[in-house]
Amino acid sequence: MKKPSLWAIVIASIPFCAMCFSVAAWDRVYPMVFGLPFNLFWLLLWIVLTSVCMWIVHRIESARTAKPANHPGERNPS
Amino acid sequence: MSPSAIALAVIFIIVVSGSALGFYAGTRHKMSLEQWTVGSRGFGPLLMWLLMAGETYTTFSFLGASGWAYSRGGPALYILGYLPLASVIGYFILPPVWELGRRHRLQTQPDFFLAQYGNKYLAAFVAIVGVVFIIPYLLIQLIGLGIIVEIASFDAIGRTQAMIVAVVLLGGFVFVSGIRAVAWVSVPKDILMVVASVTIGIAIPGIYFGGIGKMFAALAGAHPAHLLMPGSTANLGHSWYISSVLLSGLGLSMWPHGFAATFTARSAETIRRNTIVMPMYNLSLAFIFFAGFTAYLVIPGLSNGDLSMLTLVRQTFPAWMLGLLGGAGALTAMVPAAVHILTASTLFSKNLYRPIFAPDMSDDQVARLARVVVVLLSLVSLIVAIYSTLSLVSLLLLGYAGVTQFFPGVVLSLFWKGVSMEGVFAGLVTGVACATVLILGNHDPFHGINAGFLALCLNFGIAVLVSMVQPTTTGRSNARLSGHMARTDD
Repeated sequence: MKKPSLWAIVIASIPFCAMCFSVAAWDRVYPMVFGLPFNLFWLLLWIVLTSVCMWIVHRIESARTAKPANHPGERNPS
Repeated sequence: MSPSAIALAVIFIIVVSGSALGFYAGTRHKMSLEQWTVGSRGFGPLLMWLLMAGETYTTFSFLGASGWAYSRGGPALYILGYLPLASVIGYFILPPVWELGRRHRLQTQPDFFLAQYGNKYLAAFVAIVGVVFIIPYLLIQLIGLGIIVEIASFDAIGRTQAMIVAVVLLGGFVFVSGIRAVAWVSVPKDILMVVASVTIGIAIPGIYFGGIGKMFAALAGAHPAHLLMPGSTANLGHSWYISSVLLSGLGLSMWPHGFAATFTARSAETIRRNTIVMPMYNLSLAFIFFAGFTAYLVIPGLSNGDLSMLTLVRQTFPAWMLGLLGGAGALTAMVPAAVHILTASTLFSKNLYRPIFAPDMSDDQVARLARVVVVLLSLVSLIVAIYSTLSLVSLLLLGYAGVTQFFPGVVLSLFWKGVSMEGVFAGLVTGVACATVLILGNHDPFHGINAGFLALCLNFGIAVLVSMVQPTTTGRSNARLSGHMARTDD
């Protein structure tokens, strides 16, 4: 299988940093945003931004696959 | 009419019309094994989206998420964290899986392992693990149905009787119509689910506190710790959050039914578009959290948090509204439960029974055996569901601890040429054993980290290590080289 490009992986890892690894930084009640505790607001914001990131990734990947049109059956005996 | 009669009548009408739609969709197509399991690989973007959304957003999100917001507080937020990240993983993994599925005419997840590693015992083991760990997920739906009917009947109908009715209905539904029916019942189900959750999420805090913001202000004033991690628990802190989000995020694409659903898509592009839009669907979960947190303030002290949302709805709204929500919840349980039963019975017949015990069976015989297994499996789950005392979220985490162990085998086969069958087999066995021992021994979370995630790390490490010691085996390269095998099961 063809591996995704480096840029695609970098952009796709942004949501992981924002919603998962950085939990200690945003798991707080204040400041409340739109009446929501900060941790809940942060996750909802990143749900939307995750779709945005993936849309960008898709643009990058489709541009990349569109160019080289020759991948016949990819037979690579390992 | 009494309130319970009204509520039950509304639920009944919704469930019957939903099922009728499913039966109708099912009878229009002739049922071969290929049609029954993967809908002849002809699902376009819309039907595909419905199927995937229908499988992902289950009673678990409806009752379980509000239940944990009520009983655990902050740790419930892991649900909002892992679902979008699972779509990110899906974007990269599912299209190549679909591609291989089309090339080798795969129908199930063990089929995939067989094609990639060329060992029928590995495939059979994958089938066993798949069936065993899909059962907790099936239990969630059955228990959810039981809770809905119990509350809607004002406790007149016991949960056990309710679950018996649900199982009969479900079994019949799957038996007749297969996967296409399931996708179509997702239509009314998803619409009702979104409308219902937004309505409750806005109306309930509005009625008791004058708005969502005011409700959170009251909660932050009275119990600020409940909104944070570890919330109202002792050991579900930040390291638990990170490990559970990773376990579940990596695992969502590994559910045997989700994996098989991938094969129903018409193209890889359909799947990619799907995973881009999918995270947004989770926004509706926020409203379910609002309801759960409101319940924590208004009706504290329930011993079973999973009952909190419907109990609050019952004491707030007229009976028909309870019926509407109950009906939405019931469909939300039936659609995924049907998929779980369908998948598990196919795994058992096609990937465990036939290759190991009866190699001469034809596809038609397999399809018939699968239908018998549907009945058996429904009965077994019913009995387990009656005696289960776990919360809905705990059941889901148990399932994830098992199915995520497929992740190394799937990903390594797609992106690393050096992986060997021995490595993946050894890793998988170790991972499943480790998760089982830790969870059954009540060591979950283990030192603040999700036990299933620890098992996954061990699994991955062993798979890589053994593959390096014992590089590519003949079985694997054979499967790779004969890229145009007509079928995988010979």
